[in-house]
Amino acid sequence: MFFKVLYMNTQDYLQDIKEIKDLMNKSTQFISLSGLSGVLAGIYALVGAGYVYYLIENHTENYITLESSTFKLILLTAMIVLLASLFTSYVLTVKKAKKMGEEVWNASSKRLLINFFIPLITGGIFAILLLRNGYYGLVAPITLIFYGLACVNASKYTLRDVRYLGITEVILGLMAVEFSGYGLYFWVIGFGICHIIYGSVMYFKYDRK
Amino acid sequence: MKNIIQNINKAFDHRIRLGIMSVLMVNESADFSTLKELLGVTDGNLASHTKALESENYIVVEKQFIGKKPNTSYKATPEGRKAFRDHIEALEKLIQKS
Repeated sequence: MFFKVLYMNTQDYLQDIKEIKDLMNKSTQFISLSGLSGVLAGIYALVGAGYVYYLIENHTENYITLESSTFKLILLTAMIVLLASLFTSYVLTVKKAKKMGEEVWNASSKRLLINFFIPLITGGIFAILLLRNGYYGLVAPITLIFYGLACVNASKYTLRDVRYLGITEVILGLMAVEFSGYGLYFWVIGFGICHIIYGSVMYFKYDRK
Repeated sequence: MKNIIQNINKAFDHRIRLGIMSVLMVNESADFSTLKELLGVTDGNLASHTKALESENYIVVEKQFIGKKPNTSYKATPEGRKAFRDHIEALEKLIQKS
């Protein structure tokens, strides 16, 4: 008799667990995004920008050409900042997800990543094409605008704050078109300072709980 | 065996309450109509279950106006999250045992 009851319960519990899983997938936003990783990404961007500024100051010729070692170093710096930011976000987000009891690789984080990367990769390719065609001045605005759009697009699947970060980046990007020649400063504001501000807001709002 | 049964939480011993918690575990917050749609229940039914969870301190209710429409949304509390995780762990252990 006891075993029969237990068996029935097991069936019920299995059903419960299946339903829980379905509901979680259906309804989700990925909420384990780490605010702290935003702050760190901002700091990496500031350090990177500082180094790029130093490179430009020490560049002896008048123009920075695509073949020059200065340009290659700038590109390398940007890549390192990007990769370090992505890696940090990944590590901290995994940590936070564990704490919150959320799967890192679930339907919502996949949706989040796909929707984030579609505009981002489009912007990246666009920026490379612009460089190849000599429109150097537009690279800073384009990267800011597409990064902003990527954030807005991804924000449907994660914390709301990412949306406002995205809108801010888009506005900065549009402004940077008007102030060409100050691209590096807009990068410092957009990728450095904005990340630190929004990252801290998110950190105090969500991470510390 | 006794220990496992102890962790099976009475408050979650209902499909709808379990459903509400599942949704709130993975969302910042969810409003009344979203929950209703996801769970496929009537207003009165949902209201009574949210009230039960609220009185356990597992969720909090936030009422505000969006335009002229009143909007009720729910959030899981840290206590609720912990209770839910313990409950799931207990379920898993029970299933493994048998």
